[in-house]
Amino acid sequence: MLDVISHIEQDLFSRFARMQEEMERFFAGVPEVAGIRSAAVGTYPAVNIAASPEQVDVFVFASGLDPEKLEVSLQQNLLTIAGERRAEVPEGAQVYRRERFNGSFRRVMTLPEDVDPDQVEANYKDGVLHVVVKRREESRPRKIEIH
Amino acid sequence: MTQSKEVSKVENREVQAQQPEPRRRDVWLRPPVDIWEDDKGITVKADLPGVSPERLDIEVDGNNLVIEGEVEVPMSEGMEALYADVNVTRFRRSFTLSSELETDNIDAQLKNGELTLRLPKKAELQPRKIEVKVAA
Repeated sequence: MLDVISHIEQDLFSRFARMQEEMERFFAGVPEVAGIRSAAVGTYPAVNIAASPEQVDVFVFASGLDPEKLEVSLQQNLLTIAGERRAEVPEGAQVYRRERFNGSFRRVMTLPEDVDPDQVEANYKDGVLHVVVKRREESRPRKIEIH
Repeated sequence: MTQSKEVSKVENREVQAQQPEPRRRDVWLRPPVDIWEDDKGITVKADLPGVSPERLDIEVDGNNLVIEGEVEVPMSEGMEALYADVNVTRFRRSFTLSSELETDNIDAQLKNGELTLRLPKKAELQPRKIEVKVAA
């Protein structure tokens, strides 16, 4: 009987080892470049960052937030967005799914170096927090006139 | 501001003998949901950040409930993406309903990207308390 057990254990172990090998091979090709402050894929809330010559736009996808409890702060070019999201379910109800995020969150992101921390605007609409940071004047591309 | 949304019912379409349209390979995001049931009915809450009431579509096709929404964020000229967690602009999720739900009276409210759907149970199927009369 001991024979059978040890055989099963060996089988499971080797299957896991193979899975791990496959995953390593798959991810090995992708260069691992992660910002030291970067969040894991799938961290709540989802964030998109876009830039144009005049400004940097940050979009935070977080439904049902209370804008009063939102904290948006910019230190040099480090943007921090923190808040709370309550997704409660009534007592006594029969719950089938509970997938939405419920709790506090904080995301920190490094923006381009030329953002001006004195020119930040934020608004919250349809569940998206839109933060606009203007870029410093001196570093904006200037058209050179040819006489 | 919370806005009420009309739920549209898909009428039975006649099958036409025509060249079928080529199927588009759509990719969409699956919004997270909370679903619970109480005596009066079932509530579905879905996170659809970036979807405004005009871009939200809720349909009941037979006993299939489909929630679809398009994400729109304010873009400006010369904008280039630097980082994107969200790179698909459409949400979609569907559920099969059961016959005790009143699909004609589904209530949909969308506020700050949070959708609340109330699917009431048919009145006669709601649990009724039976009064126990005490014999005199």
